[in-house]
Amino acid sequence: MNELTADDLQLWRGEQHVLRGIALAVAGGECLQVTGANGAGKTTLLRALCGLVPLEHGRICWRGREIVQDMAAYHSELNYLGHDNGLKADLTAAENLRYAAALRCRVQARDIAAALERSGVAEAAGQLARRLSAGQRRRVALARLALTGGSLWLLDEPGSNLDATGQHLLLQLIVEHLRAGGAAVVATHRGLDLPVTQLRSLSLQ
Amino acid sequence: MTLPRVGFVSAASALVARDLSLALRRSGDSLQPLGFFLVVCTLFPLALDPQLSLLRDIAPAALWVGALLSSLLALDLLFREDAQDGTLEQLALCGLPLQGLLLAKTAVHWLLTGLPLVLIGPLAASALGAPAAAMPGILAALLLGTLALSLIGAVGAGLTMSLKRNGSLLALLVLPLAVPVLIFGARATVLAIAGESLAAPLYLLAAIAVLAATLAPWALAAAVRIGLE
Amino acid sequence: MAWVWFHRFGSPPHFYRLATRLAPWFAWPAALLCLAGLVGGLVLAPPDYQQGDGFRIIYVHAPAAWLSLMVYVVMAASAAVGLIWRMTVAYSVAASCAPIGASFTALALATGMLWGRPMWGTYWEWDPRLTSELLLLFLYLGYMGLRNAIDDVGRADRASALLAIVGVVNVPIIHYSVIWWNSLHQAPSVMKFGRPTMPAAMLVPLLLMLAGFTAYFLALLLTRARGELLRRERNARWIGEALASAPTGPGSAC
Repeated sequence: MNELTADDLQLWRGEQHVLRGIALAVAGGECLQVTGANGAGKTTLLRALCGLVPLEHGRICWRGREIVQDMAAYHSELNYLGHDNGLKADLTAAENLRYAAALRCRVQARDIAAALERSGVAEAAGQLARRLSAGQRRRVALARLALTGGSLWLLDEPGSNLDATGQHLLLQLIVEHLRAGGAAVVATHRGLDLPVTQLRSLSLQ
Repeated sequence: MTLPRVGFVSAASALVARDLSLALRRSGDSLQPLGFFLVVCTLFPLALDPQLSLLRDIAPAALWVGALLSSLLALDLLFREDAQDGTLEQLALCGLPLQGLLLAKTAVHWLLTGLPLVLIGPLAASALGAPAAAMPGILAALLLGTLALSLIGAVGAGLTMSLKRNGSLLALLVLPLAVPVLIFGARATVLAIAGESLAAPLYLLAAIAVLAATLAPWALAAAVRIGLE
Repeated sequence: MAWVWFHRFGSPPHFYRLATRLAPWFAWPAALLCLAGLVGGLVLAPPDYQQGDGFRIIYVHAPAAWLSLMVYVVMAASAAVGLIWRMTVAYSVAASCAPIGASFTALALATGMLWGRPMWGTYWEWDPRLTSELLLLFLYLGYMGLRNAIDDVGRADRASALLAIVGVVNVPIIHYSVIWWNSLHQAPSVMKFGRPTMPAAMLVPLLLMLAGFTAYFLALLLTRARGELLRRERNARWIGEALASAPTGPGSAC
């Protein structure tokens, strides 16, 4: 049963008390939308949920077990999309996708091509990532996300730099992920257009 | 659509393939440390009387100081870019042992920046007066020494990867730790040039390289995780 | 039972109170021991049969060198404790050790050079022990440099803790490689003397100075660690209470 819970997360960054007793719960099929002004701590929260940032206090549990007990297993089910796209500027879009996906699953060339097609960047497949626009790079990152799957998606401003079609694609991917029983935590400025039954909200001050 | 998960070896191979393709695309980057090494080796005769018999005496020093400094230069390439474009993060989050993945990265880094030194070093040594008979010994010493330097330096690179590009801090961190490699490597070179057996320093170098290979992956993984916070 | 004590020791207000109370108990004995050692070494001990009165600098040089190494080990150990158990107190102790250790190292180097001048004719001779001390100084400077370069205190703590641990593993390797290097070249080494054994009149003041320096280190460490804790925890509630009830007296003057 896919469920992510966190209670009383406390984190300081130097002097700042960035996370003050955050608690959350997301089950399979649900998407938690994290909103807040710039600097409110959305990125820090997501990275803490990934286990990248050590917490002063609090527990994060996935499927009932604390993530610190088996980080490797947690990470293998987790898929994180950060601010950076995780693309190498000197590799082509297709190569980037191939190598990024190869860290997690066995991919065939046709899977890569299909993923790029789905993301609407098929024509840019052979271009170096440094030549792509910010929006295209984001789409390649979304292609990586869709290709590598995972039960828990942690997305940090996934819609940044995306045009209207891109936003639609993102929503589609999230909807499919939720329908397959996955959970998602999405940090975003704008709201996600998901049915109320699937959407939860957390606002950071 | 869920694709079958991948094992460590497969993922590590993909990582190695990626780093090699990147290096091929930007061959300038990998060759610069070699160029620097040759420049440093050239500076010594220019600063001294260029008689080969005299140069022979300082050849070990020139070779190893050059190797140390050019390894330092090369270390910046190891993690900095990956830390900035988010790929290092993805590596830390893929669920496979980070120690092994970083060891693979360091191995590729050595292949691209250390191995050229190993191959060109003996030639530079002969330009500095070393006899031809010394070549195998110098090669062996450089092989072990550059391996150890890559591993030790990688830990320093991991600790400083997210700091402003400031070569002197990395140098301050890595050079004291590299002193044993310098001492044993230079001694091995001296013995090789003199035609004597260099078994003792070579074994000591090997011991350091093995120790580094055993301990560095853990220190590396810890350093990278701290840097990713 | 030991764990309870350990974790209480690691709590900042408790450590602060403990440090405040203990510092004078180390400071006064340090002064007395050093005084006794200096009198014994500079005045009472007979001159060395080889070096005459020049050897007396050993009474400052040897304890300084010994402390410089011991402080590094303490620094690395408390950094490791901080890393494993995530204790601010341990990190504060490690951070406080660094400048103290670097100062002892610099003192050992300076006294070593002053000692070498009459012996070798020059201030520096690449003697293995002095060379090792120099490398140790670089290790300290690297630790402090890394700590300063990272803005976030938590990350600076963890990164420098890792560096200290890597350093402490390397210190024996570096030290023995320098000795090995030196043995090849038979450079003059002034630091061994008075073989066969040192007479008691020479040895006792040396041990007194060693104990005095150690006590001084502990007093200084506790005082610095208090200051470091105050700085880190300045927004915490316990600070107000601790300062309000601060005892007056020499130990709390800083």
